[in-house]
This record gives sequence, structure tokens and C-alpha cells, in this order.
Amino acid sequence: MFLTVAGNQKEYENGITVAKLVELENVETPQYVTVSVNDDFVENGTLETTVLHDGDTVEFLYFMGGGNARSILY
Amino acid sequence: MNTIRLRQSDYAKIIDHAKAGLPYESCGLIAGTVDGEIKTVQHVFLLTNIDQSREHFSMNPREQLAAIKEMRTNGWSPLGNFHSHPETPARPSAEDIRLAFDSSASYLILSLAEVEPILRAFHIENGQASAENVECINE
Repeated sequence: MFLTVAGNQKEYENGITVAKLVELENVETPQYVTVSVNDDFVENGTLETTVLHDGDTVEFLYFMGGGNARSILY
Repeated sequence: MNTIRLRQSDYAKIIDHAKAGLPYESCGLIAGTVDGEIKTVQHVFLLTNIDQSREHFSMNPREQLAAIKEMRTNGWSPLGNFHSHPETPARPSAEDIRLAFDSSASYLILSLAEVEPILRAFHIENGQASAENVECINE
């Protein structure tokens, strides 16, 4: 099946899960990545059970945040 | 050392966004082109800090997704992000460094602690932050 991942169309094995795709794409620090499939965000804890289908569009969004500005290091 | 080249109008846009978001931290993304060590900002995306906090920010993922799509549509590269420090200097905090996952990104911090805003940029990798140049240009 074909998926569009981060804007690029690629062929994958039929029926892979989002978790498998994360592994195949070597997504770094996956615990800080939010995945969207066809613009819907995949709920935490369901990556292993969310099955992808031919034609799906997947995006990996890295968490972007920071804080506690009172603990300046640099 | 990387240089972030930013139009005065985009610089003003970041400041206005940060001031409008007070007393909380504000945030956004920058996109544009890369030529060697020169990163030229073509567009500033103003995002919502879903934490609504004076000391922490998290970008709204839905707005982040929309921004990434718009970058792709326009052929812009993601250059990095910015956030404000309403009451502290324009330097990365421990949490800013811990949560900087992309070493190719430039991390811009706008301090509103003084009368005049101060914008600085950083490269963050392996827990270390180093300064980058910020160059404001006329239109």
C-alpha cells in the first residue's frame, strides 16, 4: 500500500500500524511525537492498534515547548 | 555560525504577538530558505501557547500541523521556532534545552523583561546551547 508520510509518498507493507511506521521511519524520541493520520491526531496509547490504510496521509509532529524560564542555564 | 535573517516587519510581528500574549509566554514557527549558514525567514507563523503559562509553552499541535502544510505548499523550509520570556532574559532555560529535539532548528527567544525587547537565537544540541546571529533587514 502507499502512504504519504511527511509529504512523501512511499510504499509499505499492507496493514501496518502507526507504531510500526514510527519504527520504520526511525522517528527519534517518539515519546515526544504526535502523529496525525488524515489530519486526525492519534490518541496516546493507540499507536499499536491504529492500522494504516492505502492512501493515508501521515505527519509526525515533534512536541515544541519549553519552560520554567527562571532556571536559566545558558 | 548560523545567521537568522529576518525582515523588520516579521521582527515586529513576533514582538506584537508576544506582547498580545502577556502575561503568558507566546510562541510560533519560522520558515524560509537556507543558503549555507544564512537562514532567511520568509514567513512567521504565530501559534497559540496551549499552556497559557508565564513560565512554560507548548505549541498548539493543530496549528503546528497547518503551518507545516503551508510551508510545504510554499516551498519553505522549517527554520526553527520562537517563544517569549515575559520576565526573564533571552536565554534558553533548562527546560528549553531539554525539550529542544531538533538540532537543525534555530531556537529564537524574545525577552520582554526590559523596556526594549531583545531577540536572540540559539543552536541547541546534546544539551548545549550556542548563540546564533540575528540580523534584521529592511523590506
